[in-house]
Amino acid sequence: MENQLYLRDIISIADLNRSDLEQILETAAQLKRAPRPDLLEGKVIASCFFEASTRTRLSFETAVQRLGGTLIGFSDSSNTSAKKGETLADSVKIISSYTDAFIMRHPQEGAARLASEFSNVPIINGGDGANQHPTQTLLDLFSIRECQGTLDDLTITFVGDLKYGRTVHSLVQAMALFGAKFNFIAPDALSMPDYLLEELDEKGIRYRKAGSIEEVVPESDIIYMTRVQKERFDETEYMHMASKYILGVESLKGARESLKILHPLPRVNEIEVAVDNTPHAYYFQQAENGVYARQALLALVLNKSI
Amino acid sequence: MTNKLQVEAIRKGTVIDHIPAGQGVKILDRLQLLNSDVSITVGFNLPSKAQGRKDIIKVTDLKFTEQEANQLALFAQGATINVIDEYHVVDKFNMTVPETLRGAFPCPNSNCITHNEPVNSYFYLREKDDDIRLKCHYCEKSFSKEIVSEL
Repeated sequence: MENQLYLRDIISIADLNRSDLEQILETAAQLKRAPRPDLLEGKVIASCFFEASTRTRLSFETAVQRLGGTLIGFSDSSNTSAKKGETLADSVKIISSYTDAFIMRHPQEGAARLASEFSNVPIINGGDGANQHPTQTLLDLFSIRECQGTLDDLTITFVGDLKYGRTVHSLVQAMALFGAKFNFIAPDALSMPDYLLEELDEKGIRYRKAGSIEEVVPESDIIYMTRVQKERFDETEYMHMASKYILGVESLKGARESLKILHPLPRVNEIEVAVDNTPHAYYFQQAENGVYARQALLALVLNKSI
Repeated sequence: MTNKLQVEAIRKGTVIDHIPAGQGVKILDRLQLLNSDVSITVGFNLPSKAQGRKDIIKVTDLKFTEQEANQLALFAQGATINVIDEYHVVDKFNMTVPETLRGAFPCPNSNCITHNEPVNSYFYLREKDDDIRLKCHYCEKSFSKEIVSEL
């Protein structure tokens, strides 16, 4: 297959079509089966975290090293020229001139798109403010494909904070390309934004808002849990509603054997620890898959053919 | 009494006519941002055969390009632009909503990267129902034209 990702910037999940996604996921599966420590040999990759994110950074940096590449960069912006007032545009011009690709995370929305306009090498977005985090979506898709054997025609239930969760929004948009059906379970104050529901309506995607997890467990292939942040509610209100958005072993009665539970992590208490021991728990494999998804992306962006 | 007598004719410049009544002030704001040196004559809430009431704005000695006119179209869909020379209309076009807008106003998202970097704001425009939605090229957030017109 022709490599459609070669030398492309990876900024937003919306920039990737179905065949791009399939190519990345297939490559991730191959690299998981058979490591290729030669694919980034001789390449220097910038890993610039203008905002700290330990998990994402370690996952990216592991991916680069597993492919034989080397890294330069920083894990937060406190000792960089950004602190002195240099524009991101200037930083990117300089750092990109040293490297073969530029992985970045930044606290402001649009930072990665802007960087792509000033960089000579591909930009990989590791999160720009509340906007996009495409590699999280890729690892979610990879995990779903891995545990279900397909991405087509699945029923996916999202639980928790569906308003602010960018991982939820991107995954919904991506899974819509594969004919998924969605259930949404969230407190009113944290329900799916209207603009996204409108998008689903326009595409003819089936979805419904459900009242409880138990109600939709039997029909679900995937339950995607997210954290409801305490600080968004006053204490009594939180105590009142939080229990509805917690997944326990009891809630899983009547589940399909193949049902898997995903969570972008970190988890606090929204999935009871006892669930970890059920065959449905898949969130730790999901986190591990982040390395393979990122390897696939880097390998495709930096190699004309694999 | 005709409109022409209510708002004096100009020798050279641009007349923005058939502005929906009430929108003229927003246009005026934008005009002053675009070019603060020009003389502007305005008529608000004038009788109009087609619209009932309309606003009209005359800008002396400034000939609009279509691009400049389109920036204003966001606030006055359906208005017409007449470019005047020696009291004659030498060019006339309808304001149409452009597909993209660069640098017209800052992104309403205060955490958008464009606020501290050497780039112009950049929006994709889409007409939806009675509104125009603007999506920022950078931060990817969408806004109603009502939000940007208050900036």
